[in-house]
Amino acid sequence: MAKYLDFEEPIVKIENRIKELELIKDEAGVQEELDRLRAELQRLYREIYASLTPWQRVMLARHPDRPYTLDYIKLMTEDFIELHGDRRFGDDPAVITGLATIDGEKIILVGQEKGRTTRDKIVRNFGMMHPEGYRKALRVMKLGEKFHRPVLTLIDTPGAYPGIGAEERGQAEAIAYNLREMASLRTPIVAVVTGEGGSGGALGIGVADRVYMLENAFYSVISPEGCAAILWRDAAKAPEAAAALKITAQDLLELRVIDGIIPEPLGGAHRNPKETADNIKKVVLDAFRELKKLPPDELVRKRREKYQRMGVINIEDTQNTPN
Amino acid sequence: MIFRRKKKLKPVPPKPVPDGLWLKCDKCSNILYRKELEKNLSVCPKCGHHFRIPARRYIQILTDGFEEFDKNLSPANPLNFREYEEKLRKDQEKTGLKDAIVTGKAKIGPHTVALGVMDFFFRGGSMGSVVGEKVKRLIYYAMENNFPLIIVGASGGARMQEGILSLMQMAKTAATLAEFHENGGLFISVLTDPTMAGVMASYASLGDIIIAEPGALIGFAGPRVIQQTIKKELPPGFQRAEFMLKHGMVDIVVPRQKLKDTIVKILDFFSNEKH
Repeated sequence: MAKYLDFEEPIVKIENRIKELELIKDEAGVQEELDRLRAELQRLYREIYASLTPWQRVMLARHPDRPYTLDYIKLMTEDFIELHGDRRFGDDPAVITGLATIDGEKIILVGQEKGRTTRDKIVRNFGMMHPEGYRKALRVMKLGEKFHRPVLTLIDTPGAYPGIGAEERGQAEAIAYNLREMASLRTPIVAVVTGEGGSGGALGIGVADRVYMLENAFYSVISPEGCAAILWRDAAKAPEAAAALKITAQDLLELRVIDGIIPEPLGGAHRNPKETADNIKKVVLDAFRELKKLPPDELVRKRREKYQRMGVINIEDTQNTPN
Repeated sequence: MIFRRKKKLKPVPPKPVPDGLWLKCDKCSNILYRKELEKNLSVCPKCGHHFRIPARRYIQILTDGFEEFDKNLSPANPLNFREYEEKLRKDQEKTGLKDAIVTGKAKIGPHTVALGVMDFFFRGGSMGSVVGEKVKRLIYYAMENNFPLIIVGASGGARMQEGILSLMQMAKTAATLAEFHENGGLFISVLTDPTMAGVMASYASLGDIIIAEPGALIGFAGPRVIQQTIKKELPPGFQRAEFMLKHGMVDIVVPRQKLKDTIVKILDFFSNEKH
């Protein structure tokens, strides 16, 4: 049973009406009404989805039916062997890592998994990784480096887990180390933000040669709720914070933080997971094809330079820099 | 028997601590003579509590000479975030800094180093584009001159008002440190109260040697966020320097009075020159 967001309501009404009419479509005049409603539905879809607010996109990115990493693995790969554990402390089910084959291309896949059912969500910790998750991810990425297989990471997390054990085992260190090592990995890395790009928890598997976002994904330094709570002492102002923080795919493309936007089917990824997966697959395979042409030294240099250029500052015209 | 209740004693109001000569220790509540405290490097003589100090003061304490770089870099407002510019201006007036880090070339004992010191009094030491850029430039300066790199952390994390660009400063600084690391550069990361979140989850964690000041709050998630998430009391001393030492996240906890000597010894050890 599909779940609907507030702003989808007009669509749901028409969809339900169409379903009713389809049962009696042989009766006189019904076919005309159906055609009219279908046209109206298309128009509504376009109208609503052409002008989504940032907050509406946040809701879509968190939609309970949105495809997750396990769905993409099923939809995108011919073959997948999951690998477990960081060989230091444990296995973090909030991130899935393994050996994947996509259209014959052998790749390392790392993806955050939120879990579908309530039980899954608890096991997966809602996609919030612990330090052992970041260490597992890096361990498996290094297999990609050693055996010349490109790395694909799928990002979908509210953030790295804020807990006692996570701090004791070095959450900050685990993420920092991943940033440095991913900036050094001598094999192509492509990252796709498929849902929530929750701050450092997302970036911890997100340093890549190419970073893409699904059309309705978001990527932010802080959750809109967290930002609103800090700035305006009111988490209910999250929709305003979502707009102020510039977190949509379009915003990030304009800020030159990402390399491209992957389109979603009309109505969002959950309306057609297969089409979404195909769109991701095409972009990712194209990127790998290009990146594989670069010698590792150049690949790493370009990746580092890309990040080194990020940021916006004012430079006053005085001569006191050392370089 | 009936006692007449005595008039309720009015609670004694806490003695107002004047802004000027005296102040109260945040930890042991003893009243301290400001000049005395400053002479003691802002460490409480009664309980050893390390007060937060501005970047310029840290530079005085640590170095025997300092030449500042990149004084012309100042923050922009790339997201047009509301009230950001006013907040920046206020903190610029308060601290005399353009942003939350001071970088430069420093003499420490016989050694020349590339030194960056963060300032918690500027927007909570938060990292936006300017902090990231200055750290990057400092790392390059250290690399080109074969100088050791020292960064004194003091930060609540990434700066919210620069949004995703602040987050990317984590990748930017870590990517530059990757190069420095490959070049064999020595990086000493000093963690003061507090060094958290985006800064701790990037360059501050990547020191070859990590030194923490006693009692400094160090970690990824803030204690309040953790408490709200797990809905349990946090253990005493959680995320403090001593806790992080116990859990293997820092090399040594060094009181401020011994920090310079300790750094000099570490620099001596890794230096190939005779001093």
